[in-house]
Amino acid sequence: MSSIPQTAAPPRGSLFYDPRVRGLAYQLLLVLGLTFLIYSAASNAIENLRAAKIASGFGFLSTTSGFDINQRLIAYSAATSTYGEAFIVGLLNTLLVAAIGIVLATILGFVVGIARLSSNWIVAKVAKVYVEMIRNVPLLLQLFIWYNAVLKPLPPPRQSLDLGAGFYLNNRGLFMPDPVFGAGAGFIGWALVAGIAGSIAFRIWARKQQEATGRQFPVGLVALGLIIGLPVVTFFAAGSPITLNYPSLRGFNFAGGLQIFPEFVALLVGLVTYTAAFIAEIVRAGILAVSRGQTEAAHSLGLRNGPTLRLVVIPQAMRVIVPPLTSQYLNLTKNSSLAVAIGYPDLVQVFMGTVLNQTGQAVEVIAITMAVYLTISLVTSLVMNIYNRRVAIVER
Amino acid sequence: MAIATEPVAHSVAYVRAAPVDTQPPPTLARGWIAWVREHLFSSPANALLTLIALYVVYSVVPPLAKFFIFDAVWDGQDRTACLADGGQEVGACWAYVKAKIFYFVYGSYPFDLRWRVNIVFLLGAVGIAWMLWLDAPRRNLGAFYFFVIFPIASFLLLRGSDTFNIERVDTSLWGGILVTLLVSLVGIVFSLPFGILLALGRRSKLPVVRLVSVIFIEIVRGVPLITVLFMANTMLPLFLPGNMSPDRLLRPLVGVALFASAYMAEVVRGGLQAIPKGQYEGAMSLGLGYWQMMRLIILPQALRIVIPGIVNTFIGLFKDTTLVSIVGIFDLLKTVEATLVDPTWATPVTRATGYAFAAIFYFICCYGMSRYSLAVERRLAAGQKR
Repeated sequence: MSSIPQTAAPPRGSLFYDPRVRGLAYQLLLVLGLTFLIYSAASNAIENLRAAKIASGFGFLSTTSGFDINQRLIAYSAATSTYGEAFIVGLLNTLLVAAIGIVLATILGFVVGIARLSSNWIVAKVAKVYVEMIRNVPLLLQLFIWYNAVLKPLPPPRQSLDLGAGFYLNNRGLFMPDPVFGAGAGFIGWALVAGIAGSIAFRIWARKQQEATGRQFPVGLVALGLIIGLPVVTFFAAGSPITLNYPSLRGFNFAGGLQIFPEFVALLVGLVTYTAAFIAEIVRAGILAVSRGQTEAAHSLGLRNGPTLRLVVIPQAMRVIVPPLTSQYLNLTKNSSLAVAIGYPDLVQVFMGTVLNQTGQAVEVIAITMAVYLTISLVTSLVMNIYNRRVAIVER
Repeated sequence: MAIATEPVAHSVAYVRAAPVDTQPPPTLARGWIAWVREHLFSSPANALLTLIALYVVYSVVPPLAKFFIFDAVWDGQDRTACLADGGQEVGACWAYVKAKIFYFVYGSYPFDLRWRVNIVFLLGAVGIAWMLWLDAPRRNLGAFYFFVIFPIASFLLLRGSDTFNIERVDTSLWGGILVTLLVSLVGIVFSLPFGILLALGRRSKLPVVRLVSVIFIEIVRGVPLITVLFMANTMLPLFLPGNMSPDRLLRPLVGVALFASAYMAEVVRGGLQAIPKGQYEGAMSLGLGYWQMMRLIILPQALRIVIPGIVNTFIGLFKDTTLVSIVGIFDLLKTVEATLVDPTWATPVTRATGYAFAAIFYFICCYGMSRYSLAVERRLAAGQKR
């Protein structure tokens, strides 16, 4: 072998071996392939839709729907409302069950997660059995069990289970007193707002005082007093403007009061118990991730158990807990779509079920539904990422 | 200072020369009483918790045991065995499960061809064991068997083929545990390779490849599986040329495979990110190209790390297969539902029994897989332990 000339420019290889050219070629190939795939799918779809005489476009949203929805948060009637309104009703029902479910699942999940770490043997075992039983059985089966095997066999309205305080449980759902807002009820709402604002102001002031003087104030107690006390005082001052409308048995069903449908109860209970089992494991892992040294160091600084947990352990555990907790919240929201199996009128049941069947406009309906879930996912991840950035460790 | 010397010490009566016999520990500090005191009644609050927990156990376990075991009916020809006609309480009707068990396993698969399903179960068990047993010989051959030979063989056996003169069985007859396992296995067999490709794409330096992978993964992970199944069910026939109508069972399979791939991609990406940069650089300095580097150096290490993650994804996928029942596929849950309308076994306890059977089946499978995943995790962590 002769020696390689040192000063010569590197030999120009064939274009075939140039990584940049190759990269460009791969990407071009990918783009072409995808374009072809999308183009042929779209042209087939147009062809098929024309053959089946199905309209396209989003005009159907303003046609009259003609079907009824039993649970609705906005005014809706089969005769006058449109598909667009049916969509809003379904979306609100999804958001309702997801929001309540997230709050309850978080509470139950934290309780079970902490119970799993309890020094009390039997409490820890009960929590463990709960988590393992719930996590290893499909959610859909659990929903069927709650709906078909627990709530459906309940007695009819005449033999309702009386839970006391105007609460009745029967196979048509849960009946409870309905608050009726009289004149002046608005003041109570404003009192609540004022209470929350006052608590926040007091907290800011208390923190400044503590930083300046070291003196601590009972922020929690004051906030509790303001948020609960102010509305209560206003309630009596305004002459009890909120009255309760109790459900009463008339004929074969209850009249008056607030009826919560069994579909909603089954879906909520199923989602909460299922998600709580996963949250419990996340909480447990998060607390275990905070090393014992942190607790010992806090104790050696003279902090008692409560402040140690509140000021040292939980803030660090939250750092580990928050990202997986977010994905559990998203899972709960997405799992609420299983409502379709037990007939709770959520977005999927109303829109992808009834509206899709009536209009046949699969592409538009499915695109809208997916876009809604995608938006919820992306917004939640965005908010949680911002929170996560705030609690993340700042390194160097 | 009085420092006693040896002989003096011996002569003094109160200095002991022989060791004392060991005493049993005081029962209040050791033993079960102490254990109960420490673990159950260490403080009033703890005692209260114990009592609450005991009450929960008392109000849940005895009724369930009574219903599913002591009052259960184990044998019988039809519903009369499970009806409370004699006034005694009747628990779960296991006789109904016994009578329907073959329907739960095979669905409506033709009776005299069920041996083919049994062979597929056997082949699958061999493949899974080969893949899961980390010290098994020739695991690369096992992977080839599981991802290539096994799917083709099961397709031929289950569906039949005209060219090999195996009798065709229409997919509408398949059902039960067969379909549950089929959907989850198709999910894993397709999602693993496709998920690896997506994960590599997401970490690629080529912007278009990265963008396409990210969009696919995020869209699929952002929507519920049921919408993907609905899409596969209603839109797949639309996207294909008019005369092609995909099989009813194939549509949800496509949906499940795509859905699982996106989740698998994220698991694999976690493994890729955990491989230190030196491994990549080392591979490149040896002159390996991209695919050689991935195939020989990076993926073997990355996939090994994420075995627990893959198994956990698989557990989720296995539970999610129940959703295909919503789009009309006869998986285990749907076959259970279908038997509930059978008048031969219509009793007040049939539904609870059917659900309990399904729950036990899913629990055993999922719990077993999660135990396996934990064992692998412990084994992988053994190297890091000091």
